[in-house]
Amino acid sequence: MKSDAAAHVPGTPRRGAFGSLATHAVLIGVSLVMVYPLLWMIASSLKPDSEIFNSASIFPAHPNLSAYARGWYGLKVSFGKFFTNSAVIAVLAVIGNVMSCSLAAYAFARLRFRGRNFWFAIMLGTLMLPYHVTLIPQYVLFLNLGWVDTFLPLVVPKFLAADAFFIFLMVQFFRGIPRELDEAAIMDGCGPWRIYWKIMLPLAVPALATAAVFSFIWTWDDFFAPLIYLNDMESYTFQVGLRTFVDSSGQSDWSGLFAMSVVGLVPIFVMFIFFQRLLIDGIATTGMKR
Amino acid sequence: MTLAVRESAPATSRRIARKVLGHDAGAYLFLAPWLIGIFVLTVGPALGSLYLSFTRFDLITEPRFVGLANYTRIFTNDAKFLAAMKVTFTYVLLAVPLKLIFALSVAIVLNKGLRGLTVYRALFYLPSLLGGSVAIAVLWRKIFAKDGLFNDVLSTFGIDGVSWIGDPDYALYTLVVLSIWQFGSPMIIFLAGLRQIPQDLYEAASLDGASKRRQFWKITLPLLTPIIFFNAIIQTIEAFKAFTPAFIISEGTGGPVNSTLFYTLYLFQEAFSYFRMGYASALAWILLVIIACFTAVSFISARYWVHYEE
Repeated sequence: MKSDAAAHVPGTPRRGAFGSLATHAVLIGVSLVMVYPLLWMIASSLKPDSEIFNSASIFPAHPNLSAYARGWYGLKVSFGKFFTNSAVIAVLAVIGNVMSCSLAAYAFARLRFRGRNFWFAIMLGTLMLPYHVTLIPQYVLFLNLGWVDTFLPLVVPKFLAADAFFIFLMVQFFRGIPRELDEAAIMDGCGPWRIYWKIMLPLAVPALATAAVFSFIWTWDDFFAPLIYLNDMESYTFQVGLRTFVDSSGQSDWSGLFAMSVVGLVPIFVMFIFFQRLLIDGIATTGMKR
Repeated sequence: MTLAVRESAPATSRRIARKVLGHDAGAYLFLAPWLIGIFVLTVGPALGSLYLSFTRFDLITEPRFVGLANYTRIFTNDAKFLAAMKVTFTYVLLAVPLKLIFALSVAIVLNKGLRGLTVYRALFYLPSLLGGSVAIAVLWRKIFAKDGLFNDVLSTFGIDGVSWIGDPDYALYTLVVLSIWQFGSPMIIFLAGLRQIPQDLYEAASLDGASKRRQFWKITLPLLTPIIFFNAIIQTIEAFKAFTPAFIISEGTGGPVNSTLFYTLYLFQEAFSYFRMGYASALAWILLVIIACFTAVSFISARYWVHYEE
């Protein structure tokens, strides 16, 4: 990051302190508009319902946490259960994605085999494929396997590297690891599995971590798949639970609804706080969608 | 052994490496999970839904072949399909360009070398990260409700707002705003692209007396076209697939009066509310063709406006 003075190009008219101040004013204004809805949501979760209506203030007059207690037990299954379900699914998804995608990525990046270019093209093609095209036969398949109302339809595809995006991300990273390291390892008698395990994975930790964090967030946020596969409230994820809450009591209990919305955002926010650099670099280098 | 003499040590190790890493069977073992996934979860189901699109299928009885009946009905006698197309195209054609223009503008300002870049970047990115959540769709519903935040703010200016979510003339635009609010991730990609532009181009242009505005049109924008193209493709595909916000804001109906009936929402209703799986499969294949056409046209047009450096 350069300061204003350092960025100054000789020979161009110097933008004054005023210009820089005005830019900051605009940016702070934009930031405020961006973040205000979130602050309002947090504030509203701490207000009694009577205070939410017709109040744009983000400072509750009498902040209290009663909406959290009310919302948590707002449905016949508690949000604690939904939270646990989502966490279990998200963690399994992370493990599945990191394992299966790194295996495939290693093959694409380093191994030489017949049909490599063909399969690589197929992999890139699936990146563009809208999931709706596979949705219904997949549903029929999982239904016939008796997997509806279990977590399997949400988790097993991750172990089969269905999120090709992460393969792509890891291929890009693996290609940047110097080949001399593999060659040296081969001289020492290592085979492809040892190279994968002892050299590629340890060196690719940034890429694996990026994939892990995005896997977690996307799985946590996923709404469509849990919506169609989970019908029994005991198996609901947080997102589906929240939607049910909107439809049942959300009209009357705004603060309870906001409280649970805030809880649902906490895991993503925690990821953001801890892995901000990783997320931003991941997007900048591979151009992820979110 | 003349060969060994002529070959340098790294070349030898490379040759051995090729041998060790060149076993087909070994490679396919690494690829196995993905290959199984491709056949069982992607290629198989894609062909399956293509077949189902020519059938009538309700999950319980066997699919019954009906030829092109689903497609004929979709294109000639389905008002909801037309509504869904209108909603989806309006959304894509408004949300994507506005989001990208906003993302690019902010990226250009941030790229000026201001203090606090990392803080701004993080703040602007946060909504992108949270935006896919049901919670954010819930929040949006409350912000644009009759007694929500937006009207509170309007009332301080003496304007009496309507229920934006409840009004068929406005409901879709609240979703466009939601999409623009999530401009952070294309912005980060733009920022990365802006940093790739060699600084000496600007210095040379300044020495030649080119104004800032001229530098933008002649240097920044042309060199950024590959990034603009990339962002446009990704965002367009994402916009076609949008589902969660419309579902939450309309309680799954696509209302009021089909004004938020996104294509994916209509497809979901046909499949999982009415169990018309054949019909929904036909809708899915039409969506695939639309996205493919959009992408193809973009790639063809790219030849005329995307600037690739040699």
